Amino acid sequence: MIFLIPLVALAALAAVPFFVGAYPLGLGIGILGYATLATAWALFSGPTRYISLATVAFFGIGAYTVAVLADLMPYPLVLLCAALIGLVVAVLVGLATLRLAGIYFVIFTFGLAELVRQLVTYYEVNVTRTLGRYVFLPIGPEHIYWQLLGLLAVTLALAFWISRAKIGLALRVIGDDPVVASHLGIGITRTKLALFSLSAVVMTLAGAIQAPRWTYIEPSIVFNPTVSFLTVIMALLGGPNRLFGPLLGAVPLFLLFEWLSANFPNHYSIILGLLFIAIVFLLPNGVLAAADKFAARFKNKEASV
Amino acid sequence: MSLLTLSNVTKRFGGLTAVNDLSFTLTAGETVGLLGPNGSGKTTALNMISGYLPVTAGTIALDGTTISTLGPERIAHRGVARTFQLVRALPSLTVGENVLAALAFRKDPLWGSEAEARIETLLQNVGLAGRQHERASNLTYIDLKRMELARALATGPKLLLLDEWLAGLNPTELRAGIDLITRLRQSGITILLVEHVMDAVRALCTRCIVMNTGSRLADGPTTDVLADKSVIRAYLGDDHA
Repeated sequence: MIFLIPLVALAALAAVPFFVGAYPLGLGIGILGYATLATAWALFSGPTRYISLATVAFFGIGAYTVAVLADLMPYPLVLLCAALIGLVVAVLVGLATLRLAGIYFVIFTFGLAELVRQLVTYYEVNVTRTLGRYVFLPIGPEHIYWQLLGLLAVTLALAFWISRAKIGLALRVIGDDPVVASHLGIGITRTKLALFSLSAVVMTLAGAIQAPRWTYIEPSIVFNPTVSFLTVIMALLGGPNRLFGPLLGAVPLFLLFEWLSANFPNHYSIILGLLFIAIVFLLPNGVLAAADKFAARFKNKEASV
Repeated sequence: MSLLTLSNVTKRFGGLTAVNDLSFTLTAGETVGLLGPNGSGKTTALNMISGYLPVTAGTIALDGTTISTLGPERIAHRGVARTFQLVRALPSLTVGENVLAALAFRKDPLWGSEAEARIETLLQNVGLAGRQHERASNLTYIDLKRMELARALATGPKLLLLDEWLAGLNPTELRAGIDLITRLRQSGITILLVEHVMDAVRALCTRCIVMNTGSRLADGPTTDVLADKSVIRAYLGDDHA
């Protein structure tokens, strides 16, 4: 029975494009996009507590791959190429950075995203002599919505499986104490690299799938660091160590950011920053953990009465 | 048959020589005390054996194969387990998961119901029967030490390194601790223990190696070593020798 619930939910969400207009569907795409990014981010960063700001590097690589390859091969093959490129970049970056810890890792991943953006810009300006690219693919918003929904479902299923598998335990041990992990025979670099790469492939696909939606792509759009920050805030708000935490963080925050960027375009980043600080201070383990704590306190009170 | 051999092992941190040309051999099944005043290099020696620190010079061999070039996870797979001077629990995991983490990634991994059964036995052996669902962060100090020992044993070691495992225990806990290690000894496992609790050393170790300022000062039967004038001088100063 319990297996039916996610299937019914998936079917209901898949039916949404038949009943809503263009604007709500656009919101739905945005929510699914960020929910996927946040869930993928939490796959690696939740248990290990490595805060990665490289999300947009992979997201942008996905979008650019589609822009470059869309005319050359069938769409499914383009997605496959995007995933492979994301995987290769993730493995190379992972090998170079996963020995770093704490703030060094954060700064490096942020720098990485900027580096990728600058490299793409340099290449486009000096080699192809254009800055932007057009993506003309016969893919409607409802198809983008369904693809993202599928990607999110697969990512959640992976997250569920990992949380119960040996590799999930390995990640939690590494997150708690890497020294103990290594003395128990856990291959730390291998484990982190595997999850970092998996997470990056999902992010790359999320970017690739959404590329046809923008029609026009340039580095400052698809490598916008705000994407990385939003992903982190969403995952932290919901709780990066719960299966549905990042998803639950993504829905309200995406809607809030939409509203903020529409109504306060000039103060948007200030509000974003303040919100970031507030979440980290007030809900260090996310809303779900805070709710559990609150429920436990309520229970204790009841018991003591 | 010799299980562990340290040959001229040296560790330097910049200008400081923490371990200087240390050599000794452990025979399979022995329980040996590694003694010495604070700062004499005991924990550094343990850290090199477990692979936490690389050696500056010399070699460490287990069962005749060099392990001093390997990382801690490879050394763990060859049968070396340890506890830490300052207990290192995995606080966000339960007691059972702490032990499972060792079972799941050892050379012949256990997972699922097989692992569950093994966890139960291991916890029972250290006196934590039925506590596997408690969070490690809620345990008392002695129970954390018990859990850490169960975790080390779960890796299925040939050689167990105990770094002041009995330190900080009250007299009752100490007696329980000594009994526990005595039972381990009887199971045939080789134990190298860094310890300052002399009653425990006398009760547990047939042989002791004493270090002072990074070098080996004495090596021999416990009673002889503890009566050795140079050992007493190293510990307590000239007046007591």
